[in-house]
Amino acid sequence: MRGPTPSQTVGPFFRFGLAWLAGRDLVAEGHPGLLRLHGVVRDGEGDPVTDAVVEIWQADPAGKFPPRSPSGWRGFGRCLTGPDGGYSFATAKPGRVDGMQAPHIDISLFARGLLQRLVTRVYFPDEGPANSSDPVLTSLPDPSRAETLVGVPDGLGLRFDMCLQGPGETVFFAW
Amino acid sequence: MASPDPPYDEPAYRSSALRAPRRPLVPLPGGPTEASGPVFGEDEVEPGDADLTCHHEGEPLGQRINVSGRLLDGDGRAVAGQLVEIWQANAAGRYAHEVDQHPAPLDPNFTGAGRCLTGPDGSYRFVTIKPGAYPWRNHPNAWRPAHIHFSVFGRAFTERLVTQMYFPGDPLLAHDPIYLSVRDEQARERLVSSFDWQTTEEEWALGYRFDVVLGGHLATPVEGLR
Ligand SMILES: [Fe+2]
Repeated sequence: MRGPTPSQTVGPFFRFGLAWLAGRDLVAEGHPGLLRLHGVVRDGEGDPVTDAVVEIWQADPAGKFPPRSPSGWRGFGRCLTGPDGGYSFATAKPGRVDGMQAPHIDISLFARGLLQRLVTRVYFPDEGPANSSDPVLTSLPDPSRAETLVGVPDGLGLRFDMCLQGPGETVFFAW
Repeated sequence: MASPDPPYDEPAYRSSALRAPRRPLVPLPGGPTEASGPVFGEDEVEPGDADLTCHHEGEPLGQRINVSGRLLDGDGRAVAGQLVEIWQANAAGRYAHEVDQHPAPLDPNFTGAGRCLTGPDGSYRFVTIKPGAYPWRNHPNAWRPAHIHFSVFGRAFTERLVTQMYFPGDPLLAHDPIYLSVRDEQARERLVSSFDWQTTEEEWALGYRFDVVLGGHLATPVEGLR
């Protein structure tokens, strides 16, 4: 009986292999309801992680995924962080995917030094009532860390920084 | 089945020191987001994308190899139509990447990136050259065993996997903290391809076989979701 293939790090030298799928917006510039999701990835010393792969996976504004979402909705984005550790996606706010969970975007983060990807979620600050009954946000062992999962509105859109380690460490999930 | 995956915090792998989370991971109950995943179309990959030897004027240097295998789920079923991406160093152990400082030659006829979609039986096949081992600064006289990086999507967010394929009999495996980070020996050996006569072509190329089995930790995706 064969078991699953183990994970290994993406390493430092992925750019020429993974860039082709990066930088595709989920919605076009000028799209009504465009959400600019962006942020910075930082390590345990607060330094930017300049060699990370950030991938998002999310429902469309009606809470649907391909192939049930209207054609043209991809739901997936990839961004390779730059010298400032930053990433950015042009997307749209997802709808609710079921009766319980608040709107959210799933993130996979790959980098040198990470033998497995990290998984986290972005929640929305304007979803107070939904967030306060969301089964993930309300069952964190340390409820004070819930704020690391909620984006912060700013002039560009929604800012979601990820802190891999240390004070303010983002909540990461086992899946 | 216990997860075969390596720990985040791996003292022997220096880069993990400032990047591995210190707080315990929180279990994520699987919902519709985790049970679904991106769909990639035939129009996104060209047939030539699976041949890493044909993108430049001349032939790359090195041992030409066919790398093939199947993408399977935890129950051994074929995972069809899914994106497989690979990238690797050239035969001298040098990446076509601006931050690779290894003083080995670049090959003007080799970039080292490829992709394809798995067939109806979950199969994939790449033509490339055998990558060289390369030094890194993790510890004194540290060398990575020859490897090809693999990225696969699977059908669900939970199945997403990035890994590395190694070559059988490589003496560097026993000294590589990244390979050895997989604690379970049997799981570790699943990262090593096998030499394959079936895909070895007379007077042309050696064959290596590497099946990728997706875990995903959660139950398989809800039937009827896609
Ligand atoms: Fe590598």
